[in-house]
Amino acid sequence: MHSDAFDRYHHHESPLHRLDPRIKVVTVVGFILSNALLPDGAWSAFALTWLFIFLLNALSELGLGYTFRRSFIALPFALAAVTVLFSIPGNALFQFHFMMWDFTVSDAGLLRFVSIVIRSWLSVQAAILLAAVTRFPDLIHAFEHLRVPAILTTIIAFLYRYLFVLTDEVMRLLRARQSRSAAAAGQKSGGGVLWRAKVSGNMAGQLFLRSYERSDRIHNAMLARGYAGHLRTLNPHELHGRDWAYAAVAFLFILAMQFVGRF
Amino acid sequence: MLYFPVEPMHIPNDYLSLAVSLVCWAVSVIVLRTAISRTNKSLGERQVPLMGVMAAFIFAAQMINFPVLGGTSGHLLGGVLAAVMLGPWAGMLAMTAVIAVQGLLFQDGGLIVMGANILNMGLLTCAIGYGLYRAVLGKSPAVKLAVIGFAAWLSVMAGALFVALQIWLSGNAELRIIVPAMLFVHAFIGLGEALITVAAVTFIMRTRPDLLAESPESSRGGRGWIFAGVLTSLVVLLLSPLASTNPDGLERVASDLGLTHTAQPAAFQVIPDYTIPFLGNTPVSTILAGAVGVIVVLAIIFITGRSLQNKKPNS
Repeated sequence: MHSDAFDRYHHHESPLHRLDPRIKVVTVVGFILSNALLPDGAWSAFALTWLFIFLLNALSELGLGYTFRRSFIALPFALAAVTVLFSIPGNALFQFHFMMWDFTVSDAGLLRFVSIVIRSWLSVQAAILLAAVTRFPDLIHAFEHLRVPAILTTIIAFLYRYLFVLTDEVMRLLRARQSRSAAAAGQKSGGGVLWRAKVSGNMAGQLFLRSYERSDRIHNAMLARGYAGHLRTLNPHELHGRDWAYAAVAFLFILAMQFVGRF
Repeated sequence: MLYFPVEPMHIPNDYLSLAVSLVCWAVSVIVLRTAISRTNKSLGERQVPLMGVMAAFIFAAQMINFPVLGGTSGHLLGGVLAAVMLGPWAGMLAMTAVIAVQGLLFQDGGLIVMGANILNMGLLTCAIGYGLYRAVLGKSPAVKLAVIGFAAWLSVMAGALFVALQIWLSGNAELRIIVPAMLFVHAFIGLGEALITVAAVTFIMRTRPDLLAESPESSRGGRGWIFAGVLTSLVVLLLSPLASTNPDGLERVASDLGLTHTAQPAAFQVIPDYTIPFLGNTPVSTILAGAVGVIVVLAIIFITGRSLQNKKPNS
């Protein structure tokens, strides 16, 4: 299996790793919600939020810039918010002409744009950290405790378990296609777009059949081992005093962010 | 091999307003509750692992790409394929699981907006895909493939339209920019989706026709799905040109319903120029332009389907 690079969990024994997954999930959701509630241009609150992320990074013992380095995946999405620049009325900062449109960037639009990018960036860092310090099965287990229906969490658990296997399968298919697609330098290679699409479709169909047959085998093997409809875990997932203490501190921090952001 | 985001359709956190995100979550939760109870009834919990592996299939299949032009590539979103192969409810659950893992593990799409992402990429695509497919279940393979291809294209357009509307309702874009921009880009992405989906279903038809056989339980509740699929498709087909040509009308409706805070004056001017030139700038012209596009897509898919169908394997 080659696709381990997929897993975002970083094994370590830090206070954050040992924390109950339920507390981690609730804190991160609360943090992201609080972010969404901060008004535009609440710079001091944004700074406090960043400090919170920084402290969590320190607690995770993965390096102070851990989430910062990984958060750049979120930046391309900033493009999606570019429309905000032009859609909010305010004092015009500058205008330009593009194709058949006249664009005016307003100060209010710029403020909104920068705020959205910062908030989104902070939220992404919290989510990155959650995935890095929590084993995925524990994460799924936490969601089950938080009343997400068992059928959904079970599907997600199996999706995660076979993600790596099927990704390897795709890599084999892609490698096979590549190795059969020789191209002489300077000459046209491969068929037209339609032909390429057909090849890709055949690969998807092939992958479907392989997955389907594999799922059949897996299901039979599980029944043979006594599967009765739900997954068991050896991890007791009990809430200890330090979990509650952490939850209380995180809650106070989130309240402080809201307070600073609004007053 | 690192994960790369496939579709420019996953909305990140904070790009939608909290109200819009929560409404989308509510809609998704209601549909998913039905999906869960139906799936529990028809499948039995013992078959849940099977669905998990099929969800992993969708996730993996999204990595299959093919070069199109100038460094861009075609991808699969997989909603219609999932709905056709697994059935509508199971397809929705599989797509939801895929989107949940993409959001939780890879931060591709935020947690608060996950409801919107599930709605746009999972629920809508499966409803359109299965509804239209269900309408031609007894017909010839060529007709089935043409409809599947059209549904795949339309599902991508529907997702794009909903993303655009959600961003607009959040007050983060002007309707007259975001709708045409999203639809224009996704008209091409949808073509890739349609081609791969049709080719994949053709492949399965030839190699394992039993998997596509009409099972007795799928005949029940068929009317509802046809109705839902056709209705959703019509909404998308009618709303798209309307939102592009006459955004003021839609904005008016939205502000009358209290959906947007204030009617914002335009901070820029747009020449509405996405029409058939010689017909002039009328809504009719744009609807015609849309219809021509739809017919061209249908024709391409139909011809592709036929040519794929004609090449029978040498057994």
